[in-house]
Amino acid sequence: MNPGTESIYSPAHGWQPRLVAFFCNWCTYTAADLAGVSRLKYAPNIRVIRLMCSGRVDPQFILEAFARGADGVLIGGCHPGDCHYVEGNYKALRRFQLLGRLLRDLGIEEQRVRLEWISASEGERVRLVVNEMVEQLRALGPLNLPEKMEAWDREMTALEETVHAEALAAV
Amino acid sequence: MSASNGNGNGNGNRNGSQTGAIRIGFYVCHCGHNIGAVVDCAAVAHYVGTLPGVVLSRDYKYMCSDPGQELIQSDIREHRLNRVVVASCSPLLHEHTFRTAVERGGLNPFYFQMVNIREHNSWVHNDRELATVKAKAQARAAVERVRYHDSLRTTRVPIQPDVLVVGGGISGIHAALTLGNAGKKVFLVEREPSIGGHMAQFDKTFPTLDCAACILTPKMSAVRAHENITLWTYSEVAKVEGYVGNYTVTIRRRPRYVIEDLCVGCLECVGKCIYKEAKFPDDFNVGLSRRKPIYIPFPQAVPQVVLIDPERCLQVKTGKCKKTCLEACADRKAIDFSQQEELVQIKVGTIILATGFKLFDAKRIPQYGYGLYPNVVTSLELERLVTSSGPTSGEIILRDGSKPRTAGFILCVGSRDTRTNRWCSRTCCMHSMKLAQLFKEHTQADVTIFYMDIRAPGKGCEEFYDKSLREGIRFVRGRVAEVTDWALAPEEEGKLVIRVEDTLAGFVRRIPVDMIVLAVGMEPQADSQAMRRLFNLSCSTEGWFLEKHPKLAPVSTFTDGIFIAGCCQGPKDIPDSIAQAGAAAAECLALIDRGYIEQEPNTAHIHEENCSGCKSCLPLCPYTAISFDETVGRARINEALCKGCGTCVASCPSGAIGQHLFEDEQIFKEIEGILA
Repeated sequence: MNPGTESIYSPAHGWQPRLVAFFCNWCTYTAADLAGVSRLKYAPNIRVIRLMCSGRVDPQFILEAFARGADGVLIGGCHPGDCHYVEGNYKALRRFQLLGRLLRDLGIEEQRVRLEWISASEGERVRLVVNEMVEQLRALGPLNLPEKMEAWDREMTALEETVHAEALAAV
Repeated sequence: MSASNGNGNGNGNRNGSQTGAIRIGFYVCHCGHNIGAVVDCAAVAHYVGTLPGVVLSRDYKYMCSDPGQELIQSDIREHRLNRVVVASCSPLLHEHTFRTAVERGGLNPFYFQMVNIREHNSWVHNDRELATVKAKAQARAAVERVRYHDSLRTTRVPIQPDVLVVGGGISGIHAALTLGNAGKKVFLVEREPSIGGHMAQFDKTFPTLDCAACILTPKMSAVRAHENITLWTYSEVAKVEGYVGNYTVTIRRRPRYVIEDLCVGCLECVGKCIYKEAKFPDDFNVGLSRRKPIYIPFPQAVPQVVLIDPERCLQVKTGKCKKTCLEACADRKAIDFSQQEELVQIKVGTIILATGFKLFDAKRIPQYGYGLYPNVVTSLELERLVTSSGPTSGEIILRDGSKPRTAGFILCVGSRDTRTNRWCSRTCCMHSMKLAQLFKEHTQADVTIFYMDIRAPGKGCEEFYDKSLREGIRFVRGRVAEVTDWALAPEEEGKLVIRVEDTLAGFVRRIPVDMIVLAVGMEPQADSQAMRRLFNLSCSTEGWFLEKHPKLAPVSTFTDGIFIAGCCQGPKDIPDSIAQAGAAAAECLALIDRGYIEQEPNTAHIHEENCSGCKSCLPLCPYTAISFDETVGRARINEALCKGCGTCVASCPSGAIGQHLFEDEQIFKEIEGILA
């Protein structure tokens, strides 16, 4: 969070899961537009970032989102075989599988990241997936990665100091 | 409105048209009550006004209106804005509108970012407080991102002026003729051996009762004779490559075993076929008549050329036949048993899909007895019976040859039914009333229509309903429960009994009739999913091709340069199909006559100094836009070939690839802003 600006959440809301979504322009973003046009209601915890293709989702974006305080990340692309760019969604899938392992090692639960194929006509599916995921995140509770990272930093600094002190003592 | 001094946020590296500090103008749109009723727009404007770099933050009733756009333009000039953010509807709807406004204000149009707080917020959330919080986060993401925008230019690619029309029903025919008349070269591809589609099978058209053939066949002949139209029947699209303005399409031409240019349609060969009797079901007459292995689909077929059914012809199947047809054709030599499937490649700039519909299979509702009781027929079967050129020369007869004295029409068979199809097929009410009137005219029978609601909204249609009532056609309101031949009373003997709850009279009735007509609904073509993949379109959940916008772009698709017309987009009648076909043709003309396609500048580019030459991006590009320059050991991107998916950008291990409009730093800032 940028220092110097107020947080837009008031404490009255209590803790609200924060779900960042990367939707491809052609299928899932359009499906979310359709959900809007159809006035389907879903949890307001999701914030969508539009990309041209799910193949554009750099694993760093997902890590960055967690590092900035997201509790979950959703990636939406076209169904296999339907990618507007032939096969970008397959690339997304491959990266997603690799990233899964890394996230496990970081102690980030699997349910916090999800890859979904949602076609332009599946507005209902957007509602379903978002609501389901927000419920899961509520059950998991806050990830608090920024705080954890600060704690890890403090740990590292402390460790460094100890090692340094020991080294000095040895001399 | 609030103002905070632009502090520039350290963006000296931006090659903007303005020098110095970033000055962002932010606008939040109420969209009447659409946004304003759920999102506190004033609060959003106030919040964004406190963000660094924002010099101006306003909320306004309708940003997309002329005064809204004027506001942006005058603010750019007066307040020396160099970035603009608008929070309103989906960028897929109005991004272009606002970019144009920004450009008119004297700013590069790509110094603009849009925030979707309608489709993605006010329309999908109820809680005003949380919706407002979300809108603030969304707006902030855009404000953070827009600082890092670059001045960009769209590129122009020339457009190939030829057009491909797929499907030769009334929609395809009309589109092809319109384009041909405008002087454009058109390829019309039809799967069946003749063009004409479903309309060719009809006797009369509602509500005017003019003869379908009389209005259709001249158009069919015009297609054949048109100097600008290349007609390929018995052919299908096999492959589509390329993009708007430059499609390469492969057409598969199936062998008819008859050389089209040599055949004159004299039908001598049909008469001389070794099969003395026509014994194979005739598709055009929905199986109500028989044909030979060599045949013409129907008398008015275009092209007037016979074809040989490879499944039935002895020569094609076994190679052992006296080939009496060859003798009959004599020195015209139009029959050629050595014909093979042919693949032809064409280059077109735009494509119109008019692939039509298929009829609901009435056997899926077994309680109506179709296929079980011979005198239960579909509306299309009755249509063939009533046509003077049909299998009975226009006589409506029962299977035993006698004339029906009573008939019942069952509406909504495979429409408005949660067990089959939920949609209304739109034409069956009118179609059934037309057939009922013709039925009465031909047989003087008592005709009853069983309906749920009569839907007659078209021009002249309600009047047609009145006419049906005046002519003594009875209407019983209620969904028919079942059709049975189990007689419970003497007057039911030998008849088909319709069991129905008459919801106006309020009791269950049994009505005996001689003939039952099922008004079967429309469904997407069986291969609509395969077609969708071929052309890279979207389908509605039902399988109809999805238009780009239900109101503003009803014949466009999400793939630029591909348009849809007629029933492949959803059930509709002939006037609506023709209107769409004309609209699709006009859309093609608009693209062609401009002469070029303006391409979104979202292409990828390489920062050479960072490229390690690892080549991992090369195999990722489906458009082979990336090549490797051996002399310098770096990858190169051909921006003319790049479609802007960004897959290579995400994969570069050195972060050496960027994508205009979706640069890493822009997305990182968006993530940061959205989580603030």
